[in-house]
Amino acid sequence: MTSLLTHKIKSLLAIVATVALASYAQLAQATPEIQHWQNEHGSKVYFVAAPELPMIDIRITFDAGSARDRDIPGLALMTNGLLAEGTSKLDADAIAESFENVGANFDNSVDRDSATISLRSLTDEKWFEPALETFITVLSDPSFSETVLERERQRALIALRGQKQSPQSIIGNAFYKNLYAGHAYAAPTLGYEKSMKAMTRANIQLFYQRHYVASNATIAIVGDLDRKGAVALANRLTAKLGKEEKLSRIDAVNYSSAKKRVHIEHPSTQTHIMVGMPSHARGDKDHFALFLGNHILGGSGFGSHITKAIREDRGLAYSAYSYIAAMRAEGPLVIGLQTSTNQTDEALQVLHDTLAAFLKNGPNEKELIAAKQDIINGFPLRIASNSSLLDYVSLIGFYGLPLDYLDSFTDKIDKVSKENVRNAFAKRIKLDQLLTVTVGQSNPEQ
Amino acid sequence: MRLIQNPQTRLGANLLGLKLPLMALAALLATVAIPALAKPSDNTHEYSFDNGLKLIVKEDHRAPVLVSQVWYKVGSTYEYDGISGISHALEHMMFKGTEKFPDGAFDRIVSENGGRHNAFTSQDYTGYYQEFEKSRLEVSFQLESDRMRGLLLPEEEFKKEIRVVMEERQLRTEDNPQALTYEQFNAAAFVSSSLRIPVVGWMNDLENMTIDDLSDWYEQWYSPNNATIVVVGDVDPEEVYSLAKKYFAPIKSSKIKQPKPRQEIEQTGIRKIVVKAPAELPYFISGYKAPSLLTAKDKSDAYALAVLSAVLDGGNSSRFAKKLIRGSEIAANISTGYRMHSRGETLFHFDGTPAEGKTINDLIAAINAEIALLKTELVSNKELDRIKAQVVASEVYQRDSVSSQASTIGALESIGLDWRIIDEFVEKITAVTAKDIQRVAKKYLIEDKLTIAELDPQPLDTKQPRRAPTHLRH
Repeated sequence: MTSLLTHKIKSLLAIVATVALASYAQLAQATPEIQHWQNEHGSKVYFVAAPELPMIDIRITFDAGSARDRDIPGLALMTNGLLAEGTSKLDADAIAESFENVGANFDNSVDRDSATISLRSLTDEKWFEPALETFITVLSDPSFSETVLERERQRALIALRGQKQSPQSIIGNAFYKNLYAGHAYAAPTLGYEKSMKAMTRANIQLFYQRHYVASNATIAIVGDLDRKGAVALANRLTAKLGKEEKLSRIDAVNYSSAKKRVHIEHPSTQTHIMVGMPSHARGDKDHFALFLGNHILGGSGFGSHITKAIREDRGLAYSAYSYIAAMRAEGPLVIGLQTSTNQTDEALQVLHDTLAAFLKNGPNEKELIAAKQDIINGFPLRIASNSSLLDYVSLIGFYGLPLDYLDSFTDKIDKVSKENVRNAFAKRIKLDQLLTVTVGQSNPEQ
Repeated sequence: MRLIQNPQTRLGANLLGLKLPLMALAALLATVAIPALAKPSDNTHEYSFDNGLKLIVKEDHRAPVLVSQVWYKVGSTYEYDGISGISHALEHMMFKGTEKFPDGAFDRIVSENGGRHNAFTSQDYTGYYQEFEKSRLEVSFQLESDRMRGLLLPEEEFKKEIRVVMEERQLRTEDNPQALTYEQFNAAAFVSSSLRIPVVGWMNDLENMTIDDLSDWYEQWYSPNNATIVVVGDVDPEEVYSLAKKYFAPIKSSKIKQPKPRQEIEQTGIRKIVVKAPAELPYFISGYKAPSLLTAKDKSDAYALAVLSAVLDGGNSSRFAKKLIRGSEIAANISTGYRMHSRGETLFHFDGTPAEGKTINDLIAAINAEIALLKTELVSNKELDRIKAQVVASEVYQRDSVSSQASTIGALESIGLDWRIIDEFVEKITAVTAKDIQRVAKKYLIEDKLTIAELDPQPLDTKQPRRAPTHLRH
């Protein structure tokens, strides 16, 4: 198709390429400085000064994700969710008012690896101080009252029922259950009906005491304050947290599955498909090769192999993609799509052939260069807002990635070769070990 | 949308979900001083061209990036029976090539330049955007100016792409019981107005859509005098203008034949429907007819409705969260929505799922009690102060994203409002009094203007197979 480009666009691209080189050299300087220290209570702190807007973002990440649930799936989520539902002095109404009366946003989240709480506020002391005070209280003094637990338990049970009507939820849960059988990643973050009903206040208090401690906290701060202010702030955040508890490591994934196919009946008009297997853990030396390879395989939307073969060439699906979830232990490579049920076999075949060709041949030189251009030239977009910086800084801190992760990002991408990509995939992704999960009707009306 | 990035938002955003502009107001809140900030319109420049194209450029030098958006005034409310979903289908086809940039070239060129891009179709507009590092605006203008008039619309591509659109409909609507309920609710609430048409289109209309339909639609709506370009980012407005002049000024304008008004007939009684679908949870959605900012005779009504929505559902300290989720524990989930920025009439929405052991009727009765309270008792100053603080803060937070700033401007322009009203937003919201809220509650939240749809969950493990769409039956 290149030959069809007019001269005009060719020269335009030439100009753009020159600009790209020029801006590439400046990128290292343009990357915001991440300041890092340990606070008085042993929490890791990561700070980026962003004086342009009068606002502050704070996120505290704990190694308290659902992989820590042990035999009570849903425990990490419930513990995190109850933090802002009551303290010894404030009830949920008072907590919510305290944030919202000054326009602050409180947020919390749990995934398999981590649990977070976040605050976004205006900088002005009169706005910030009341929100911060409540934020610290919520983190340090949750009451986990029986009444509140009962209410939130009922809401969680409703959410669990809601998952039964969502093929996306059903397939996601089934995929992890089968891929990580016997591992801490197997159970869904939302847990099961049985564990949700059995969970006690004592379970939650114990989980909180073990995990929500200063030494287990990674603090990220991005916003309109200076280093001195950030140091004081970071010390205040964890001052009232419990003392050190040593957490065991999350086990490595021991995946030795033979090829496996799982089907779950659901009355949807489409069949949802997920195919994959464990790929790699955070900090893996092949991370950038896998990242770049996935970009070409199905991680960058249009033009990537999976999207092109499934959607653009055949119109089989609206959404067809691949991604690699880099996690503490080996996260999965996932290839997914949804297609009208009577096209399921065709879609599975195309998916399989596309992956097989990619594993065999790897990307070609042209694709490799195009993907590098995409990632390197678009790098400024990744760090353009305070919220995206907060995401990156939290990630770097939580997974212990090098402080120059952002500075060296484009350089690491640039150094990846075709062979790196092919070998990194071949080493981890085996056609004869893939898990395939489908959700839909096995006998639809034709 | 061409690619799923976020879960579909079906309801109009509530007050806090809106992109909220701010003005610098020091003395608004007695307790807290608001930081002195530039007005939202500062450093924003408007240009127009002889061919009718409008260009709005906002400088934001915080990061070396930019967003470039092209908005066309066409969406599902411009459509009519038989061609529903055509604006959205055309949006998909806009990536299928021109003579200069054949199929695939658009995606490739944007990605070689490190851009992110996508498109969206709504009731009132269709938009295309690219985000780039700051030096690459020309790539956007070259591609967008070319496809403004130069789309090829090859039939073989259309045959594939319309199947993609049908898959999109299945994914988002057919297999999502709440979305299915919403679609039928909307069609029951609006009888004569084009607001009843779903953006994605009815399945049967998609099955019968032809490339000629799309070609006509493209000819009719895609021209410079029906478009607005918005650029926000680390740019020099004069340079943006020069580039726009180079690429867009040569494009000839065309005669735009505006659609008939198709005003909604007056609703004179409550409407209730039931939707049966395989589902686990009961769900309802209801809505009262309400004016948008554009259609309201008294503009302050629209701002008062926005504040009313925030009283009920503007965060975790709002009345619904306090009284219905906590408090009486009647609701597992509940929300309101009021899309004040709409080209035509709109709805003041409620939707929700009852808590375990409660019914839809319990939940609706509780909402009715809250509405009755709004009519009989004035909202407290404390609640109003909270909403004002949220609006002021949200405006600052919005500035963290160039795209969000651009979208606010583009959406206002595309529905026929002057983008400069972004400067008035906080002032107007702040001017809303407790009496205004009581007045609009009495005026609009009345049963004769209400439509309610209830999802009646059917077993998920039924042995009765569901039919596949016609196009796929062999």
